[in-house]
Amino acid sequence: MDSDEQKVDLIVVGAGLAGLSCAYEAARSGLSVLLLERGDHPGAKNVSGGRIYIEPVRDLMPAKFWQDAPLERPVTSESLVLMGPSSSVTLVFSSESMRADPPSSYTILRSRFDRWFGEQVEASGAFVVPQAVATGLLRDGDRIAGVRAGEEDLEADVVVAADGALSFLAREAGLAPGLAPAGHALGIKEVIALDPGRIEDRLALAPGQGAARLFLGDLTRSMVGGGFLYSNRDSISLGLVVSLEDLGGRPDDADGSHALLDAFKERPEIRPLVEGGETVEYSAHLIPELPVGGLPSRVTDNLLVVGDAAGLVIYHGITVRGMDLAMASGVLAARACVKAREAGDFSASALSKYDRMLAESFVMRDVERHAAAPGFLARRRLYETYPREICDLLEDLFRVGPDGKERLYPAAWKRVRRTFLSMEGLKDLWAARKL
Amino acid sequence: MKTLSVDQKLALDAIKPQDEPHIRLDPGKCRACKARPCLQACPAHLYTLSPETGEVTFEHAGCLECGTCLALCPEDLDWSYPAGGFGVQYRHG
Ligand SMILES: Cc1cc2nc3c(=O)[nH]c(=O)nc-3n(C[C@H](O)[C@H](O)[C@H](O)COP(=O)(O)OP(=O)(O)OC[C@H]3O[C@@H](n4cnc5c(N)ncnc54)[C@H](O)[C@@H]3O)c2cc1C
Ligand code: SF4
Ligand code: SF4
Repeated sequence: MDSDEQKVDLIVVGAGLAGLSCAYEAARSGLSVLLLERGDHPGAKNVSGGRIYIEPVRDLMPAKFWQDAPLERPVTSESLVLMGPSSSVTLVFSSESMRADPPSSYTILRSRFDRWFGEQVEASGAFVVPQAVATGLLRDGDRIAGVRAGEEDLEADVVVAADGALSFLAREAGLAPGLAPAGHALGIKEVIALDPGRIEDRLALAPGQGAARLFLGDLTRSMVGGGFLYSNRDSISLGLVVSLEDLGGRPDDADGSHALLDAFKERPEIRPLVEGGETVEYSAHLIPELPVGGLPSRVTDNLLVVGDAAGLVIYHGITVRGMDLAMASGVLAARACVKAREAGDFSASALSKYDRMLAESFVMRDVERHAAAPGFLARRRLYETYPREICDLLEDLFRVGPDGKERLYPAAWKRVRRTFLSMEGLKDLWAARKL
Repeated sequence: MKTLSVDQKLALDAIKPQDEPHIRLDPGKCRACKARPCLQACPAHLYTLSPETGEVTFEHAGCLECGTCLALCPEDLDWSYPAGGFGVQYRHG
């Protein structure tokens, strides 16, 4: 494609939630849009936990969008499981607000969801090109003039890099440093098919409702991270997330990372939930965590970066939240492109309207509010010590042995003093004030 | 529920293998590499030590394209996505 007729207003690279949202908004606003996706269809390469928080992005999409979308189950039951080596404590949270209508979060499976979203994007007038890998940026002199896809040169006024956690395009444009273990986590997951009746019985759910369960402690073997279990319509998503820095620091003869998930699945807290189910898929994906020193730059002449490619993920507590941020950043990037086209100016200064809109939106407000989370969450005692000590404390409380039962208070006090009121414990508490 | 080996799990995935490997190791670099994080970190367990030669060997066919080995390799690993239409195609995701 080298003639001017072939040139489009916007090329979006990557049909994840960020790229799909960007292409959708831009095409609905009248721009000519080409959306390139390396998978067989949008979603074919994508993995999430996953639970999508709708509330922040509900109004960015037409009302019908959320009515028709292939969402799995609204999350109405939420729990946190602290795991010791051979015991666990489960905190279950339930609230009227979680049963509110419309529900504020849903479990989803990305291959289904993104594929459906891709159809909406096509219907809005954008060209969605699957099985197309953008292999680099196309330059006209110094200026970014589009992308290269193998032998083909594709021209556009603006390129949106929505190419996810590994974002080779953002790196090529000089907007992100080389891929390094720091600031990344690895997610490993299995989808286990199970009939809806059993899912609901085992997780104590009303028909159609869903559960989110998070796990902290022994399962990550002292590495920063945690586990998750989400109920879909007719399957369970079970997985874990571990810091890439910690994972890389293990000896080369350590059990493979896949074995962490096997061991997690064997735990008595999990096994009965998935018993009789059938694993139907195994997946792995990186998660960019919010960089401690702030986010990489997201705008340059003729190019914008959105979603995971821009590091827009919040890792607060042990939940990963990137899907709503990806959608919002995609929509705002599209709006900036619409303005840039009206002005006929695609320079960084014109496109930086995107940055300003992000700053005024929930995206940057939440990102900044949670900026202290990664530093706090890197405290190993959160994974190594506290879950085990809390389990042991409850064991002291509940267990009656052959010699009867010790007095409760002295043992409990000793434990509390040793673990929570120790110098380290107080330091952790002090660090928590920034959260 | 029976425990599946990682190979059995990969066999459940829809993967369209490309003939040409999309990741290439440099035997010289691997020989000199001390930490060899790829061996234990790859979630598809595609990096193994050859029992005969003691060298790191790699099988690209089950790759989940996660990028873990690329991020952890201390050398600059020759890593790219498979061509369009190849590699893993998640049906659930
Ligand atoms: C295990 C795990 C659990 C998670 N859990 C949650 C959760 O519960 N809630 C939540 O909100 N978030 C969660 N996240 C984070 C969330 O999945 C991401 O933040 C979100 O998917 C980001 O969307 P994106 O569009 O930016 O990137 P992606 O969804 O990664 O999309 C990038 C797209 O670009 C394509 N692509 C890449 N390079 C090229 C190229 N060169 N040419 C063509 N196409 C290309 C890819 O194929 C892909 O389709 C989780 C992530 C993981 C890995
Ligand atoms: S980490 Fe890189 S250099 Fe080291 S053994 Fe693995 S592939 Fe080779
Ligand atoms: S990209 Fe991921 S799955 Fe593929 S070889 Fe590297 S670590 Fe293994």
